[in-house]
Amino acid sequence: MPINKIVASFDEAVADIEDGAVIMVGGFGTVVSIPTLLLEALDRKGVKNLTTVSNTTGFGADVWRMQGAPFPEDMDILVRNGRIKKAIVSAPVSALYVNNFEKLLRAGKVKIEMVPQGTLAERVRAARAGLGGVYVPVGVGTVMEKGKEKKTIGGREYLLELPIKADFALIHAHKGDRWGNLVYRGTSRTFNPTMAGAAKVTIAEVDEIVELGELDPEVIVTPGVYVDRVVARPKIAPAEEPSEEVETADAQAIESRRRFQAEIEDVIKAAKERGLRHE
Amino acid sequence: MSDKLKGKERLDRQIIALRVAKEFQDGDVVNLGTGIPMLASNFIPAGREVVFHSENGILGFGQITLPGEGELDVVNAGGQTVQRQPGMSFFGHDESFAMIRGGHIDISVMGAYQVSEKGDLANYMIPERKVGTIGGAMDLAFGAKKLIIAMNHTTKEGKPRIVKKCSYLITAPKCVDLIVTDIAVIAVTKRGLVLKEVAPGWKPKEVQSLTQPKLIVATDCHDIELM
Repeated sequence: MPINKIVASFDEAVADIEDGAVIMVGGFGTVVSIPTLLLEALDRKGVKNLTTVSNTTGFGADVWRMQGAPFPEDMDILVRNGRIKKAIVSAPVSALYVNNFEKLLRAGKVKIEMVPQGTLAERVRAARAGLGGVYVPVGVGTVMEKGKEKKTIGGREYLLELPIKADFALIHAHKGDRWGNLVYRGTSRTFNPTMAGAAKVTIAEVDEIVELGELDPEVIVTPGVYVDRVVARPKIAPAEEPSEEVETADAQAIESRRRFQAEIEDVIKAAKERGLRHE
Repeated sequence: MSDKLKGKERLDRQIIALRVAKEFQDGDVVNLGTGIPMLASNFIPAGREVVFHSENGILGFGQITLPGEGELDVVNAGGQTVQRQPGMSFFGHDESFAMIRGGHIDISVMGAYQVSEKGDLANYMIPERKVGTIGGAMDLAFGAKKLIIAMNHTTKEGKPRIVKKCSYLITAPKCVDLIVTDIAVIAVTKRGLVLKEVAPGWKPKEVQSLTQPKLIVATDCHDIELM
């Protein structure tokens, strides 16, 4: 029988995620890298007491709507609706404003385990690769040492970091096929291929499903063996022919770039006038 | 801080960034943190090839684009869209941090709340909010071959940020190599902190009065040079 990992809907894709599950969520922080529609489906299901593993705790849909993102929800949908019990995360709060996660944290309504970003990636990778842990130099001599085995290898100190195992990994890719092979687009790769295969079940949300064989084996980033389910986003209407309005926007862009270059030159000029030597 | 020093003109963010950019040489792989460090990417002289790395999995990108001009899938770690350019590559998170931890990044530039005499760095706990965000700062502080800090010399209240011992939780011990501030350029050495350059109009003893540990004034200490 042909292998077919494609599921018809987002609700079906997350149907077996129960209260208390450990969930990895791929992406970085920018919404285009995140499995947005899987998060919405999980929220609709109404699960509680999740432990999440992710890079950020979300910025909220309003920020992304302003940027014109067609699917603007991020981790914040789980945060603001009280679905999370504990977050294992690298960048939980923002220096610029107080996000919903910080509010819950201050109110004692959520637990946190903050992990340096590279250590988070490596602990997730260790789970995918079947390792019992990894020795990492990052964090020696800081609070990250607490409770961890320390070992000197080749004259340098390392901390033993344990794998992070999850029940489900929710990831976002650009294209996928029925075997679960995936390719990504630009900087929307980030934690997605890192988390693929690191959980008991990996669910990939893709922009587009393609026929088996269409993805060049030389450029497949995540081989299908790491992926259990593939679900496609609804198609967005293709962009129309550039209108006059777009041309005006282009002219504006060129003008603002010219002004930007002029500003840089002004900075250099001002620096020289203040007696700073510059060649 | 005396009123005399309070009113004294300091370098602005752009000029600090311009001074930082002087450190980047042909072929260097450079990671820039958000804020002042990111501005430095705008000041690479024509003809000099510097490869920018961002921890979200991108290497060899161009300048920050104008708002609305770039692709949402081609961004730096601050989420700003950047220009594509020949030679650029994309990769996943474990790969990105293998580059950082494995010593493949020549220079990392980031901001700081405090730097100690020994080069300890404190930059992830937001002091007034008692929460923090570690992100990739700790990995970069441990992994980059050279760490440059770009920051204001004093806090808003005029207190020194260059201190004998950090009072905030540290990101990494003994990791800072060079500090570029709005009034000085200071190297962290085994002998101690060496004052190498001062902003125009500033005297070494004035910089010292805003710095907690003792500064060693370099014999050739001079006005800040750009590029």
